[in-house]
Amino acid sequence: MLALETKNLRKLFGDHLAVRGLTLQVQQGEVFGFLGPNGAGKTTSIKMMLGLVAPTSGNATLLGEPLGDRQARAKIGFLPEHFRFHDWLTAHEFLTLHGQLYRMPSSRLRDRIAKLLELVGLTPFRNKQLRTFSKGMLQRIGLAQALLNDPALVFLDEPTSGLDPVGRRLVRDIIRDLKSKGTTVFLNSHLLSEIEITCDRVAFIKHGEVIRTAELKTLVEGETGVTIRAGGLTGEAVAGLGQWGCNVRADGDHIHLTITSESALPAIARYLVEQNAEVYSITPQKSSLEDLFIQIVGTDGGL
Amino acid sequence: MDLHSIFVIARLTFKEAARRRILLAALLLGISFLILYGIGVHYIYTEALPQDGGPTTTIVTRQALNFLLMSGLYAINFLTLAMGALISADTLAGEINSGTIQAIVTKPIRRREVVIGKWLGFTGLIGLYLTLMVGGVMGIIYFRTGYAAPNIPNGVAIIYLETILVMTITLACSSTLSTLATGGVVFGLYGLAFIGGFVEQIGAALRNETAVNIGILSSLIMPSEALLRRASYEMTPPITQTLGFGGGPLMVVSVPSPLMVTYGALYLALMLAFALRQFGRRDL
Repeated sequence: MLALETKNLRKLFGDHLAVRGLTLQVQQGEVFGFLGPNGAGKTTSIKMMLGLVAPTSGNATLLGEPLGDRQARAKIGFLPEHFRFHDWLTAHEFLTLHGQLYRMPSSRLRDRIAKLLELVGLTPFRNKQLRTFSKGMLQRIGLAQALLNDPALVFLDEPTSGLDPVGRRLVRDIIRDLKSKGTTVFLNSHLLSEIEITCDRVAFIKHGEVIRTAELKTLVEGETGVTIRAGGLTGEAVAGLGQWGCNVRADGDHIHLTITSESALPAIARYLVEQNAEVYSITPQKSSLEDLFIQIVGTDGGL
Repeated sequence: MDLHSIFVIARLTFKEAARRRILLAALLLGISFLILYGIGVHYIYTEALPQDGGPTTTIVTRQALNFLLMSGLYAINFLTLAMGALISADTLAGEINSGTIQAIVTKPIRRREVVIGKWLGFTGLIGLYLTLMVGGVMGIIYFRTGYAAPNIPNGVAIIYLETILVMTITLACSSTLSTLATGGVVFGLYGLAFIGGFVEQIGAALRNETAVNIGILSSLIMPSEALLRRASYEMTPPITQTLGFGGGPLMVVSVPSPLMVTYGALYLALMLAFALRQFGRRDL
């Protein structure tokens, strides 16, 4: 069974096409990144998957059940983007309310709330009203809310917005922890570094369509630029580097080349030593997800 | 329908009214009104009304006391309507606008359970407030003067219907319109019923049929004032009714038919159904 499957989900708001036709599959236990420029229809897509917005056409299943199924919703967690909660509730009351909406038995709910408050570091603030919380604290309590029911599938829409580096690391740790427990995570984030660290697979969307889905490992592997800083190399020795890659350029002590796989690096190091070069550094420059993003989505930002 | 979810939302609605101090503000206003009212009743009763016990004076006194009672109920009715409209205008529109609703309706709860829960919460709040205030006004009159209106359960039930009707209309608007537009529509409807009601009464007093029909039409568009008049009429002693002085400040000359109560109840059911349908299918 797939955790999530959408087939040609489409949404028209009046005559504005927000999502053209979203087709994707998310395996169970996967951390899935949802990437795309602003206005690409990411939030509308998530809202359709969660039954907040009715699709104009197309269909989808969540945990094997059709959209809007209540049994499926009991196993889902959701942290909305720019969320606001009833800010006149205290942190504890807020989590109690949402646990009751999940129909959790009160003894289990009590344990779970204590555990989650501890996890997100808000135990000292449990009896404070949410209106007194900072943006980061609200994000943390929102995250706790999304995990109350030990969900099988969690949607996190911009979970790190408003968080400081400590909070961001917390989110990363939580995602890693969820993954180790076999929970499926659907992550929408603008922070590519976030996605790069946490996700197994990513989908790039533009104009409300998936334009590419790929495993992150294969995506960021492949061609790698290497910068070598070494002295005492002859012109022939530099040219000899061509056997591992292409675009060999020398610039004083610095030599640049592009290799097809990281596995060539030890051989290059050995070769340089054999050529009696004084090697100061060999630095592979992985093409980052950001480069890929721009390459795939284009610099127009999808506008 | 799942009672557990409805109950959770209804309780949340109560808590919100308490936490946001709406209930406190309404109670403080109500109590200030009752104090002023009590002082007024005391002085009118001891200084302005004849008390020689003769049959004519008894009728006059009872008529005056009924007028005072109806005036008190009129004021309380207004306070209750205002509280009901204020708490329900923002409830759906505001939560949709802020996104608060998103984390709620993605839980295993049906959207209609959210609406029913809120509606029940408001119905309970209004009932509680109305009971306290009506009890206050009637208590002041009874303990100071010994006067009790006839048909109190009927009359108060109609006032309760009227106040929850206005709240339900507000909730229905709030499921579709913004908070501000909701306020505008409900205030406009209330004004229409208010003016229409007086046109009808003046028309009836001057025997002008067109004016009466305009009034009836406005009562069909917004039955609040007609229901209040019916309630006043129910709680007016028969002799005062015959003299045409029922209804206190509402001057009930043209008496709304008891069918108006059925119409009001149907209107309410229709508005609630509209709210359920609109909220059930809109994008959030």
